[in-house]
Amino acid sequence: MKYVVAIIKPHKLEQVKAELEKEEVTLMTVVDALGCGRQRGVTEVYRGVKEVGNLLHKVKIEIAVNDAFLERTISAIIRGAREGEIGDGKIFVFDLNDCIRIRTGERGGKAIG
Amino acid sequence: MINYVDTVWMLIATALVMIMTPTLAFFYGGLVRKKNVLSVLMQTYVILSVVSIQWILIGYSLAFGPDLGGVIGYLNYAALTGVGMDPIKGQTIPQQVFVLFQMMFAVITPALIIGAFIERIKFSGFVVFTLLWTTLIYDPMAHWVWSSDGWLAKLGALDFAGGTVIHILAGISALIMALCLGKRTGMTTGHAPHNLPLAVLGAGFLWFGWFGFNAGSALSVGPVTVSAFLNTNTAAAAAAITWMILDWIENKVPTVLGVITGIVAGLVAITPAAGYVKPMAAIVIGACGSIFGFIFVTKIKAQFGYDDSLDVFGVHGIAGIVGALATGLFATKQINPGGANGLFYGNPKQFLIQGLAVAVAVVFSAVGTFIIFKVVDVVIGLRVDNDDEYIGLDLTQHHEAGYTLME
Repeated sequence: MKYVVAIIKPHKLEQVKAELEKEEVTLMTVVDALGCGRQRGVTEVYRGVKEVGNLLHKVKIEIAVNDAFLERTISAIIRGAREGEIGDGKIFVFDLNDCIRIRTGERGGKAIG
Repeated sequence: MINYVDTVWMLIATALVMIMTPTLAFFYGGLVRKKNVLSVLMQTYVILSVVSIQWILIGYSLAFGPDLGGVIGYLNYAALTGVGMDPIKGQTIPQQVFVLFQMMFAVITPALIIGAFIERIKFSGFVVFTLLWTTLIYDPMAHWVWSSDGWLAKLGALDFAGGTVIHILAGISALIMALCLGKRTGMTTGHAPHNLPLAVLGAGFLWFGWFGFNAGSALSVGPVTVSAFLNTNTAAAAAAITWMILDWIENKVPTVLGVITGIVAGLVAITPAAGYVKPMAAIVIGACGSIFGFIFVTKIKAQFGYDDSLDVFGVHGIAGIVGALATGLFATKQINPGGANGLFYGNPKQFLIQGLAVAVAVVFSAVGTFIIFKVVDVVIGLRVDNDDEYIGLDLTQHHEAGYTLME
């Protein structure tokens, strides 16, 4: 089992979700995030005081998948989020020790889908 | 002769109409995505400032200056030259009060159009567009309908508080802007308002300000003022209920956004008729504003796919046309001896005159807005690039954020 964390541009969320749906990956957690990578933030100015290089608004998607779904998930996220520019985001993949469905007590791969 | 009761009322009414523009800012601001909220507030407040100055420099004179062939006013009153405390013939308030009251109408009209081009307009181009639009479209149209020498006024077109001059003009121009600018990038089905309570508050204060807008258009205190006041409230209420019921039937659920949209549609629809019709007619006019607004917002827009983002055309344009035509049906001299009778009171000609005024407003604003769009788009540019649109206009046009995600 893997835990996939993707940081993407906020406006790409709908496309990423649509691509994931095509791969039958429909369970996910999405949170608002701020981040900075190579892409510079936008300078903000408040009454003449500049705040340079602020963090940019991003969206973080977290998905737990069975191994068979991993590559499909990754390629779906890339298809949905890629513009070919700095700031498109990153995908991180972790090993996942266990997964428990609270309602039934199921564990492992069965609980993921 | 100056009547100071009239003057006091008109000063209050002016302030009421003024507050409608900041109020509109929050009505629109609540409906956009949070990355664009400041841009909408900024555009409205800048219009309030820019048009206020334009109005006293040349706008008032173009609209209400000495007549030139019924088409435009001479610039004799430019910079308010010779415009003082003496009333205009037939009025009982200082001319400067009339200048102020009309100024607030000139301000809110271009502000209404914002709803069609939100989330993608370039700020510099927007400022130039606004100045050209108010000078070349609004000022002449105000002259035609509201100056006693204007050619539509002479034909007998009735427009009590601006159904034609304000709402049709803004609504049609909004449609043209939405078509010319194109859809927002990646926008297929619209989006959830980022702060609906803000929009609800905005709608409430629009209703409040509209008393000044409509009842103030009597330019004095008297029976017509009271009629307009009562009709305004009645139409807004009828339209709110109508939209809610339509929502309930069509979408199976009564929505908050539906009710506040209905309120605005009703207020728009009664605007041209407010000082000419009876309260029962106001119910019908308000309800019709909602019915036709609902059809255009939920059916026609979906069918044709134009991105009139906040439904300026669907609400202001359509309800404005409904109101202007309904004035030709329901107007009666029993309410306003200075007005005219409509079709239902034995004067079918009035309905035709109203139809002509509507057609003139539609054609004039459509052609004029298209030309202004093309010129400004070529010279300055009116649309931000894709990246700026994605990041949002607040950060890219103004380098500020409406909300922080974290402290």
